[in-house]
Amino acid sequence: MNIHEFQAKQVFAQFGIPVPKGKEIKNVRAAEKWAAALETSVYVVKAQIHAGGRGKAGGVKITKNREEVPGLAQELIGKTLVTHQTGPKGRKVRRLLIEEGAGIAKELYLSLLVDRDSGCPTFIASTEGGMDIEEVAEQTQEKVLKESIDPAVGFQAHNGRNLAFALGLPDFEPAVVKPFFQMLDNLYRLFMEKNAAMLEINPLVITTDKRLVALDGKVSFDDSALYRHPDVQKFRDLHEEDSMEIEAGKHNLNYVKLDGDIGCMVNGAGLAMATMDVIKLAGSEPANFLDVGGGATKETVAAGFRILLKDKKVKGIFINIFGGIVRCERIAHGVIEAAKEVGIKLPVVVRLQGTNAEEGRKLLAESGLKVEGVADLWEAAQRIVALRKKKK
Amino acid sequence: MSILVNKNTRVVVQGITGKEGSFHATQCKAYGTQVVAGVTPGKAGQEVEGIPVFNTVQDAVKKTEATTSLIFVPPPFAADAILEAAEAGIWLIICISEGIPVNDMVKVKRALHGRATRLIGPNCPGIITADECKIGIMPGFIHKKGKVGVISRSGTLTYEAVNQLTNLGLGETTCVGIGGDPIIGTGYIDLLQMFEEDPETEAVVMIGEIGGDAEEKAAAFIKEHVTKPVISFIAGITAPPGRRMGHAGAIITGGKGTAAEKMATLEAAGVRVVKNPAEIGVAVQAALGV
Repeated sequence: MNIHEFQAKQVFAQFGIPVPKGKEIKNVRAAEKWAAALETSVYVVKAQIHAGGRGKAGGVKITKNREEVPGLAQELIGKTLVTHQTGPKGRKVRRLLIEEGAGIAKELYLSLLVDRDSGCPTFIASTEGGMDIEEVAEQTQEKVLKESIDPAVGFQAHNGRNLAFALGLPDFEPAVVKPFFQMLDNLYRLFMEKNAAMLEINPLVITTDKRLVALDGKVSFDDSALYRHPDVQKFRDLHEEDSMEIEAGKHNLNYVKLDGDIGCMVNGAGLAMATMDVIKLAGSEPANFLDVGGGATKETVAAGFRILLKDKKVKGIFINIFGGIVRCERIAHGVIEAAKEVGIKLPVVVRLQGTNAEEGRKLLAESGLKVEGVADLWEAAQRIVALRKKKK
Repeated sequence: MSILVNKNTRVVVQGITGKEGSFHATQCKAYGTQVVAGVTPGKAGQEVEGIPVFNTVQDAVKKTEATTSLIFVPPPFAADAILEAAEAGIWLIICISEGIPVNDMVKVKRALHGRATRLIGPNCPGIITADECKIGIMPGFIHKKGKVGVISRSGTLTYEAVNQLTNLGLGETTCVGIGGDPIIGTGYIDLLQMFEEDPETEAVVMIGEIGGDAEEKAAAFIKEHVTKPVISFIAGITAPPGRRMGHAGAIITGGKGTAAEKMATLEAAGVRVVKNPAEIGVAVQAALGV
């Protein structure tokens, strides 16, 4: 689960990680009031959306004039920001973070995540702060430093020394070395205690008055551990999520919206991805990823249908079920009942394989519905693509 | 021959009195697996389909000499269940549970480091040696004793591949689901090594997906150490970056872990990569020249 920058900074502050003084702002009047209360020489007004690249898209405004703050807030609230991470539709700005600016002497990059290779929480740091770390990694691999933490003992002083010396901190500004160790320790504690998936500070700045401040903050949490943290659950912002994905989640379905026009419904995540791929190979584009789970039932199939049909771009539906423990004739019953209930007018191809597949296909054939049962995966994919093209 | 498990493997099922646990323990037993014990704390003395239930894995091991554990414990308690099995001297732990917090697995992985215990999964369908024993949730009937080893990060997609192998008369030796999570116990490389050494395995099917770089690492290993033909399918060529595709580990981050990159790396290592998942079986057939 992703959260907003202002929320990330709240969590940082809670764990003793220094952040600029700031506040979440939802309207111009509040902006005016907060600007009057905030004692600073530079005001920073930042659009709060769950996507990176806000600066380049015009979502961050800076002014030295307090009087200008309400105007800048007015400009950003309600605006749709299009960044490289939002997609072409962009994301509507509903809140702002207004905070004090900082005199910057140096910008660094710092993040913490689990490295899949070592299986350890790993700090990633770089002297190239403020840049896209992936670009830095691509162009100058040597500038990306990694320090894995042994989870059996947690963060140790030598981990801090390794990073501090490699970043050249003692040479640049000895006064920030101790605060840097403290910050690493606090970030590690936050990461483990709150089951974070990723913590990122970019840039982490050394200010002209020799302080270390998290000027930006990005935090995401492990969905599987949210049940442990009611405080984290409260950070969820449904505006930042796709409404169909929220709906699917309520039925315990795994749905990801894509741009194509063949809706697909599959049991199992790997097979669902493979089904998307096979639709593309057959000459069309998948409209979505939808995993109804290994044990698909009539109810999950019906819920899946409703979600697929909400996407107006969908012009054909491909259901691919490998019946293992699940028996195919049951799935066929589910498809038939759901199709009748939902009133499906689009072409539907159902590929049934595994336990009692033949009986399932027979049921579909006798149902009187425009639902075709096919046994072979490749044939089924080609069939739905052909039906969809005919309809065009 | 086979790898890891065979008809003599003695299995204890952790979480046996739960809905999933009791159903699958029964299915495994019906397949011919020696399910010798079950564990649910507080339910010692009960039986599930004739399988005795114990309070702890330690008790189960002492009384039944189980060497392998199959875990169906709910995700919040699964990490503890894995550690309990390791502590009790279980040699092979197969964890089916999906949704274990990543940081729990970080600790488990560290705790198992340097021990003789091997973990398969979590978030996997389990392991099966065709016609000998099934320790997992896969449908047994699609498997047939034969000559192909299967390693996969997926569940139903593995069944798809196995079904093709069986229908073409190639059959399987052992099929291992390594799991769809970012942190897993056993990866491709250890299993590739075992299949390379198994005299009955003539070819290996390796099913991967987007996310991480396990397939790339496997490619490097195959190039150096695997002489048997390896056939691979990577799911997710159409998956968008930054989105989790069902499995916790199936996500392209920072432009890394794409299907295209994995396919290219595997191909460069001499692996036969199929782009169409419906053609896995025929590709194996072609590789073996049968």
